Amino acid sequence: MLEWIEPLIKTLTTDSGFWNPLVWGIVFIISYLVIYIVRGMGKKEYKKDTGQTQVFLSGNPEYDKEKMHVPGANVYWGFTEALKWLYNKFDKMHTGNVSDYILWFVLIMGLFLVIMVVI
Amino acid sequence: MNGVVDWLILHSPALIIAIPLLGAFLTILIGKIGPRIRNVFVIIIMAITSFLILLLVNDVFTNGIRTYVFGGGSTSIESSYAIRILFEIDGLNAFIAIIAAILPIVAIIYSWAFMKEHTGLDKYYTLILLMTAGMLGMILTGDLFNFFVFLEITSIASAALIAFYLDKQNSIQAAFKYIVISAIGALFLLFAVALFYGQYNALNMAVIANNISFTFIDKIALVVLFAALAMKAGIVPMHMWLPDAYGRAPASITVILIGTTLASLYGLFRVIFTIYGKYLFSFDSTQMALTLGVLIIILAVVTIVIGVFMALKQNDFKRMIAFAAIAEIGYMFLAVGAALSTYTFERGAAIISASGQMALKGGIFHIFNDALDVGLLFLVAGAVYYAAKETSLNKLGGLARNMKYTTVFFLIGLAAVSGLPPMNGFASKLIIYQSMFQINPLLTIVAILCSILLLAVFVKVFYSVFLGPKLPKFSGVKEVPKSMLIAMGIIASIIVFIGLFPNIFVENIVTPATNALQNATSYIGGVL
Amino acid sequence: MAFYVPYIAVVALILIGLYAVVFKRNLIKIVIGITFIECGVNLFLITLGYREKSIAPIYTSSPGGIMSLPVPQALTLTSIVIGVAVLALMLSLVVHIYRHYKTLDARKIIGGDEE
Repeated sequence: MLEWIEPLIKTLTTDSGFWNPLVWGIVFIISYLVIYIVRGMGKKEYKKDTGQTQVFLSGNPEYDKEKMHVPGANVYWGFTEALKWLYNKFDKMHTGNVSDYILWFVLIMGLFLVIMVVI
Repeated sequence: MNGVVDWLILHSPALIIAIPLLGAFLTILIGKIGPRIRNVFVIIIMAITSFLILLLVNDVFTNGIRTYVFGGGSTSIESSYAIRILFEIDGLNAFIAIIAAILPIVAIIYSWAFMKEHTGLDKYYTLILLMTAGMLGMILTGDLFNFFVFLEITSIASAALIAFYLDKQNSIQAAFKYIVISAIGALFLLFAVALFYGQYNALNMAVIANNISFTFIDKIALVVLFAALAMKAGIVPMHMWLPDAYGRAPASITVILIGTTLASLYGLFRVIFTIYGKYLFSFDSTQMALTLGVLIIILAVVTIVIGVFMALKQNDFKRMIAFAAIAEIGYMFLAVGAALSTYTFERGAAIISASGQMALKGGIFHIFNDALDVGLLFLVAGAVYYAAKETSLNKLGGLARNMKYTTVFFLIGLAAVSGLPPMNGFASKLIIYQSMFQINPLLTIVAILCSILLLAVFVKVFYSVFLGPKLPKFSGVKEVPKSMLIAMGIIASIIVFIGLFPNIFVENIVTPATNALQNATSYIGGVL
Repeated sequence: MAFYVPYIAVVALILIGLYAVVFKRNLIKIVIGITFIECGVNLFLITLGYREKSIAPIYTSSPGGIMSLPVPQALTLTSIVIGVAVLALMLSLVVHIYRHYKTLDARKIIGGDEE
């Protein structure tokens, strides 16, 4: 009856490990149960349409929606700022000039020629 | 009935090229009748092509290598004058052909609504079909000069399509860069073909592979072929055309462009493993294969790192995905380098070590996954552009409220591309990580760290496009039309299916492809 | 020595073409550089098919002597046709680039954010 399902749920083995989505599914269900139980233990005093539901920003007034949204450029600001030395180099590499694209191609071809043919 | 199917299977290699090619030029005529009939016609043409590809692929996986000679005659080549156009399909071609069967049809279904407001759609669909025919030719051909011709057909059609938004200066300059890169890459490829022809009087890949003696000229040809095809495949530092082209083309075109890039990558695999396979995997050349393997690993690591780091910095939706796509190509390349650098000798024959083989399997599997994952993300980016007329991450925000389905598809793509379980990207990346760990743990660490960064990249996109407060300027944004949802749905369901049942896919499709890649002798035997 | 002249010409053409593509700023000159490379490769293909004192491979009944190889000539013809198509496409893109940027300096045509 259910023979066709057998090849589907076979485990994918790599040399040193395995992966079976069934295991993942079981873990997923268990963790959801845990979340559900923890959630059930929370307080039940929530009321709609009262002061509870309003935005609270440490007592500061709420700005316009446009100003509240963090744009994409600021999302990993700390990361890009800390690695500025690296990003400056990358930016120098990506000139956008078509001649430089070909120059990289010639350089890589030359490098490979030296390594593989001469040596 | 059975006879018809047999006839179709027998002639499918020719029909797969001929039908889109013929359909391309008929499209202009049919476009005179009306746009709706034209769209249906193009979808039917592409559906027939995809169906024939699947028939052919099924035949190759059950009956082994298929050779098809244009103009008939015996499939084997006896004399040294091997001048015939010949298609040879083994497990590897068939595997890549599946990708080429899925992506164009999805792109065409997507275009129905996505391109509706534009003019010049007759030419648009003509070029799409031409590009598809060229891509399929590159994948199926067994002849090096033929490969060059199809590469040029694909490049010309793609460059014209990248420049589709003629009123935007950025798409024009991206198209110009793409055509310059393609023309130079293809000319150097032709130069290498001429080097082969001068030595062996042959253009057929199998014949060249059989005769290869690795003279000084062969080494030059290897380097030239490697550099040209790696540039077309978008390997760092020759990748800079790729974000331009992917980012500026219409989203539906970008999806097919992924297919053409992977076809170039396939060409690279074919050159290294089949044409030079006989020499690289022999006793005299341990040093050469090791050198090539190490060089490829270095390039691959650089590709992954630069792709991910540049992606993190981008503020344009499509450009960011394009850099992520570069990083994904690095993973496949890493697997190839690992396989080349770790082979051993047993009973006089060269055998790639078990971990190298496993890495190769993961790399091949990842080609398929990459095409689907990145393709889905580009379709989502196109959907966001269609709905909000904006691709800058600085200006978008809060779209999850208006575009529920698109958000779900984006989450699927996000999980798949950054290798989260249970999507398909996880299965292939797991194989790559585990086999790499046995070759060199450092490589695994770099690969996993970059995969985590890739997740961070797409979390940034998810946050700045779909989450956040409801912005007043996007209050009128609606969910995209059905045809776009269907196109995204097709890819998303394949992603989830492979993610849930990876083993059936690996056993039946990936393993034959990996075996075909390692077995140059059987490819040669298909013709000689 | 005379035997090597075409090969020297091939290398010279390809190198001149690459020089033009990499170091020239005008897009038209870059396109010309690409045609130089193409000419070099085509010349190489034709040279490979030539045999000393051979005749053109166009006779059904040969007047005697050896013929040069016809295959490289067929390849070259195909390559020339493709080259013309690529050249036309590149030049038409250059026309559009000039309309948008009002310049043909490769250093200024680098993309960037729209408007």
